[in-house]
Parts: sequence; C-alpha cells; structure tokens
Amino acid sequence: MSFEWPWQYSFPPFFTLQPNVDTRQKQLAAWCSLALSYCRHHKLYTLDIMEAQESPVFNNKKIERKLSMEAIQVVFEELRKKGNLEWLDKNKSRCLVMWRRPEEWGKLIHQWVSKIGMVNSVFTLYELSNGDDTEGEEFHGLEDWMLLRSLQALQTDGKAEIITMDDGKGVKFF
Amino acid sequence: MDCFSWSNGLLEINETLVIQQRGVRLYDGDDKAKLDVGVALLSTHRLIWRDVKNHECCIAMPLSQIIFFEEQAAGIGKSAKIVIHLHATPANKEPGPYQHSKYSFIKLSFKEHGQIEFHRRLTEEMTQKRWENTPASQPIPTGTGSQAGRTRAVGIVGIERKIEEKRKETDKNISEAFEDLSKLMVKAKEMVELSRSIANKIKDKQGDISEDETIRFKSYLLSMGIADPVTRETHGSGTHYHLQLAKQLGDMLQAPLEERGGMMALTEVYCLVNRARGMELLSPEDLVNACKMFESLQLPLRLRVFDSGVMVVQLQSHSEEEMIASALDSVSDKGSLTAEEFAKLLGLSVLLSKERLLLAEKVGHLCRDDSVEGLRFYPNLF
Repeated sequence: MSFEWPWQYSFPPFFTLQPNVDTRQKQLAAWCSLALSYCRHHKLYTLDIMEAQESPVFNNKKIERKLSMEAIQVVFEELRKKGNLEWLDKNKSRCLVMWRRPEEWGKLIHQWVSKIGMVNSVFTLYELSNGDDTEGEEFHGLEDWMLLRSLQALQTDGKAEIITMDDGKGVKFF
Repeated sequence: MDCFSWSNGLLEINETLVIQQRGVRLYDGDDKAKLDVGVALLSTHRLIWRDVKNHECCIAMPLSQIIFFEEQAAGIGKSAKIVIHLHATPANKEPGPYQHSKYSFIKLSFKEHGQIEFHRRLTEEMTQKRWENTPASQPIPTGTGSQAGRTRAVGIVGIERKIEEKRKETDKNISEAFEDLSKLMVKAKEMVELSRSIANKIKDKQGDISEDETIRFKSYLLSMGIADPVTRETHGSGTHYHLQLAKQLGDMLQAPLEERGGMMALTEVYCLVNRARGMELLSPEDLVNACKMFESLQLPLRLRVFDSGVMVVQLQSHSEEEMIASALDSVSDKGSLTAEEFAKLLGLSVLLSKERLLLAEKVGHLCRDDSVEGLRFYPNLF
C-alpha cells in the first residue's frame, strides 16, 4: 500500500512557515501528523535532520517546494513538545521518532496480553517483539529500545514489572 | 623683450584677430629668448605670442609700442625674421617674462615661413592704427592684465587663489539664481490673489453666469492649486498651524481619495498636496503632524500606520472588513496572487495592495507561499 499524502502536501503555502499565529499552529499540526504518519508507514524510528530535508516528506518535487531547514527544526521541536520526538545528540542533528508514544505502545501491548488471557504470566522481550504469537499485532517488530520504553511506561502505571533474567530481560504483566 | 606682459590670450571686446602664424621663435635683441617655439598672433591692438605646448604661457605687447620694423631675409641655416624696434617700456607695465632688457628691439623668427604675409599685415595695422579708434578698450586692459599676472602666481598660493576666484564666481551665480526664484514667488502670490478675486467676482455675479459655468471655472481654479494655502506665516506655528492644515487637507483630499478607492499612500498625498500648493511647499513633517489631527478634529479622514510602517491616509468610511473581503475574493478567484498581480487587478499601487494582502493574512483569511518565485498569497485552507 503506497503512502497517501494529505491535501496540504500539494498546497504551496504548506512549505512556507506562516507568520500568522493561528494559521501557523494549524500548519504545524498538519506537518506533525504528516511526519508521524510517514514514519509509521515506512517504520522509521530515527531521523537525521540533514537527510530529512531531502526526504520526500519535506521536499515535494512535483510542486518544487521544500521546507527550509529552520522550518523543519520548528516542526521537530513541535513534535518534541508533543512527546513524539527525542533528540539523540546536543546538536539536534539526529532524533528518535515515536509515532506512538511509549505509553500508547504500552497500552497496546497490555490490551493484547489481556485479550489472550496471559495476565500475571512472564514474557521475554524477544517473545513480544518477534514471537510467533504477536505476529499480526502492531507492536510486532518494535525496536528493542522502544519496547523497553513502553514496558517502563507500563511499569510506572503499575501494570507490569520488568525482570532481569539470565539471557536478557523479561516482563510480567498485572 | 621687456615690453611683453603675461596675458590670458583672450581678445578684448573691440579687438580683432588679424593673422596667426605657427612656428615663431622670439629673440630678445640678438639673443634667443628663453621661450620655446610658439604661435604669433597679430590683432588690431596687440602682438601676442603663445607657447605651442603650454597654452597657459602667453605673452602680449601693445602695437603702440612699435616704432618701426623691418624684414631680415633668410640665410643658410637661418630662418627669415622680422625685426621690431620698440619705444622704451613704460614704468607701470604689467609683469612679463623679462623685467629688463638691454635691447630696444625684438625679432620674430619664422621657422615655418609665413613671414611675408605677417609683415604685410603688420604694415597694414601699423598704418591704420585701429587701436587708436577704439580707445574704450585699452590695448592691454589693466584688469585682465593684473588678473593674468595673479593667476600666474606659482605653487600653492596660485592654486588657492584660483579656487577662491572660482568660489566667488559660483557664489555670484547662486545668488543670481535665487534672485530669480524670489521674483517668481512674488509673482505666484499675485497669481493666487488674482484667482481669489476672480472667484469672488464669480460669487457676486452668480446670476449673470450660469451655474454650470461657475462650477467649471471653480474646478479649473482648484486644479491650478489651493487658492489660499495655509502657511506658517498666516497661521503661526505648532498645533494651531497643524490644525488649520488638517482642515484644509480634509477638504482637498476627499475627492482624490474617493477616486482612488478610499486609500492613498502618504507619499502620494504629499506629492498631490504640494503640487496643489504651488510655491508654499509643505514639509513631510508638517504633513504627518497635520494628518495626526484628523481624528481629534473629527474629520472623515484617518492616518493609518500599517505594521510594516507604511503610512496611508484613508477615508473613515473606508471599511477594513470590506477591504479584507475584497482581497480574499480576488485571491480565491485567481487561486493565488502576488502583490504585483493584485495591484494590477485593482489599479492600486503595489505597496498598498501588498498591505491589503498582509492585512487579510493577519486576520487569517490568507496564507503565504514564500518561494524563489516570490511571495504569493493563497486562500487560507489550513
């Protein structure tokens, strides 16, 4: 299934940071959702800001418009404020993109565990992300750091406990 | 040779050039003069010699100095010469290249021939003595002579004197020019008086002339200018002056504003007002101050300052909402517009049309596309 671009993508003003505050807010919201859905579609977890400018998300060759570096930074900063992005270095050149926040992932995983009636049992992390049982679930193939974050989020909520085992980590759901 | 004085080489009013000959060397008696080869000029009054390269180097002597002259034929390696015998030099003579000379004669040596014709013409002039017929202009007027002598002053002093003279000349020119201008201003006042009296007469005789004609004539007068401009002289300075000025502006700007869609840039207003005022020109500062009074005087005009700092005068009735709506309409109609395109569409100045688009953007009806192709405005679809 190919990625479906939103209507704004072919609207030239979309690629100019709007000076009007209200307009800009709507514009940024549209950018955030586009960036996240693009990453989700392509299962991207990290982004490089330099590469981002050349990627089709921020560069529409068809209408010959691309988002400037400053504007991309503004969009990324907006994503960070919303909790969907984390910088990997001080220079803000690489970042983690979380098109689902750890809490959301945690919720999904917990829902699945409840559904199959395995509450109070222990899973290994590998089982969750790569096991046969989870195939077809959205969190299948989730990167380890992300999975760990999600489980940590669940743990703060008191819905899971992370256990250190001999050959890695495990988790018990409540 | 001491009979020669420095000269500027220019002929006097009554003086006429008779003949000139290139390649002439001067001799002080039997000795070669310390001057190079040059041009000998014979005028009705003077014998002039000018250096061929350095035209500043020019000397002259009056023909009245000459007692008699004779030809000296050319020999082997010798050019033909004319020997000129002279009276003793007067004591009050202007300075020249030689202050003293032991000889009472000079020689002109003709390196490039022409001595026969020169001799003939000199004979003619000496017999006619035309310099005596026009005594008004002296053969060597002391004025130019002394000036030539002064400009000859060498070094920095010479340069300074030249600059000083030039400055005096410029000063004179400028004051002359301004004299004309002030005369013109007096005339302009008369013109204003005249137009006012005509206007009054028309008012009195309204019965005789048809209403239509009166109006037409009045409009002519108006287009010529303001009949009685408010000036600092008539209305003092400061607030009172600006108040009166504002009232007058209110009257005169109403019509042009309506013509231009209710809004004019302040620069445009400035030009229009000063064109109408003729000689009593208004300073930009006074105009702005007067425009600021519109509101307190409850005139139907307003001075408006856009966010960009552009100032305009607009009719109070000129509603902002309408302006924004029309901008949005035009942009939606065309899909997108630049300020230039919008200006063409409305017949407004680019500056003002841009302000309108920015205004519409500010209230959120439009949004912008700032690309290499320039700034375009689109309907705000966000």
